[in-house]
Amino acid sequence: MQLTDAERAMLDGREGRARQKAMELLVRYAQALGAERFVDTTNVAGVPGSTSAFLQRYYQGGGYEVIFSRFDLDSDEVVDVPRVSVHSCQLQGGIDPENWQTLGATPAALAWTQASEQGSAGRGIEILKTCTPYLVGNVPRRGEHCAWMESSAVVYCNSVLGARTNTEGRESTSAAMLTGKIPDWGLHRDEYRFGSHRIHVDVSVDSVMDWGMLGYFVGEAVGERIPVLTGALAPPDVIRHKHFGAAAASSGGVEMYHLVGMTPEADTLEQAFGPRKPEATLHYGAAERRRTYDTLNGRGRSPHVDYVMLGCPHAALEQIEEACRLLEGRHISANCNLWIFTSRSVRALADRQGLTAIIRKAGGHLLTDTCSAIGQAVPPGTKVVALDSAKQAHYLPAMMGLEAWFGSTRECIRAALTGRWSGEAP
Amino acid sequence: MNASVQAKAIVLKGRKVVGGCAEGEALVTRQTISGWGGVDATTGTIIETRHELRGQSFKDKVLVFPGAKGSSGWSGVFHVARLAGVAPRAMIFNEMTTKVALGAVVVRAPAITDLGRNPLEVIETGDWVRVDADRGIVEIVKRR
Repeated sequence: MQLTDAERAMLDGREGRARQKAMELLVRYAQALGAERFVDTTNVAGVPGSTSAFLQRYYQGGGYEVIFSRFDLDSDEVVDVPRVSVHSCQLQGGIDPENWQTLGATPAALAWTQASEQGSAGRGIEILKTCTPYLVGNVPRRGEHCAWMESSAVVYCNSVLGARTNTEGRESTSAAMLTGKIPDWGLHRDEYRFGSHRIHVDVSVDSVMDWGMLGYFVGEAVGERIPVLTGALAPPDVIRHKHFGAAAASSGGVEMYHLVGMTPEADTLEQAFGPRKPEATLHYGAAERRRTYDTLNGRGRSPHVDYVMLGCPHAALEQIEEACRLLEGRHISANCNLWIFTSRSVRALADRQGLTAIIRKAGGHLLTDTCSAIGQAVPPGTKVVALDSAKQAHYLPAMMGLEAWFGSTRECIRAALTGRWSGEAP
Repeated sequence: MNASVQAKAIVLKGRKVVGGCAEGEALVTRQTISGWGGVDATTGTIIETRHELRGQSFKDKVLVFPGAKGSSGWSGVFHVARLAGVAPRAMIFNEMTTKVALGAVVVRAPAITDLGRNPLEVIETGDWVRVDADRGIVEIVKRR
């Protein structure tokens, strides 16, 4: 592949051992992809240096530099890790440091999580601790080359913002933080951003739940390809985009979508497809919606809900307000737990707004940094969970061996208040 | 492999993703694989609810699959699987994505794509498969 002088200098070790190891990894990765060159990236979102019980055991408690060198950079030797070269942020982690006991974390896990956070912060990485960096100030400009992890953020970055990123992984993002380089492949290039499939929507898609189901259907239908949606769709807000994209990236591998007349690279159907011909046109009607609903509720048996989880992807302030409107002055069932996950920034706003107190008074918890799937944490004894996120409904039951119901935020809060699922298909 | 076995081998040509040679029993799926949330990284077992390989481990297998889907944690999960000693011996797949490319890199096992024939139509679970990624060659000995 072609390397610039600056890239060659890093690869030769003239910018230090860490940048050399980072470039070695990026070259291996670019060659695997078949990329011919790198592109400069100015916005990197990853999970550098983060750790787990497994990594702690495997690296025998080695500190930040051991884990960053050997795991993030996949290096066989440990190197000094310098300050990052480009705007970088830390996405979600495993533990809310203020509510770690609620999450059932151990003091040891809290200690290693905080040490890792300090390691990243000390190297200039913004500790956003959220899967929704775009809700808390990291909003790349149109056309900006990014290197982001977190499939729900990636699809938002490409589709809604018109910035450019592939779904990067932990190792590639950590290496990009040190080098400002990522393979010039896939969605960084114009020709990869055109639509492949047309999805015509024949039913009304309005609520956040509706958009989640549509996203789940689209992901199953197109896999890793690029859907172009047409039909009588009202322009979705940020929250609807968030749930649509997260679902499509979970049931399939959608990294970019076009809503004709609504998203930045799809003013018209012609622009969305560019020189490509649609490989297929699919319809989303009442039957498809019902099938999707049944799939998402395929692991629900018992109506006795003992856990309600909201905030996947992390709740926007508006979603916390909605939950509070439904909760205020009431108390959740003694047989049920309610956990709502958000970012630290939004939590700080919710605190000042009095929302955290409303949730607490109703018997619920507003938690940050993680979610039940990422943190693999549910309240003790949980058997049946209710969720308003198609993405979480895709992952959590399989990961934690739970029964699960999927429905609207209102139906989920009702389940928390009554301890019973009474959701209905739309 | 002895001469009689070699005589029966089917040979496919493809493109190296990660170099090296390895052989083993094939584990084949026609469904894309989720890494994070779809695989237990410490055992290599597929856990995704509706996946046809649910409950089966790819440890020491030659994993033959269409490609990767889902979370950006794909590489991290396969990376941990390597450290835990439960990674596949080799990987053969159809659809190139950043997830599967980075995952294959950090698994450090031979990997190959862009084969002349669809490997999902040629290779069946249980076949013996030898992958020479440096030369871009896959040799398949049918189990039956």
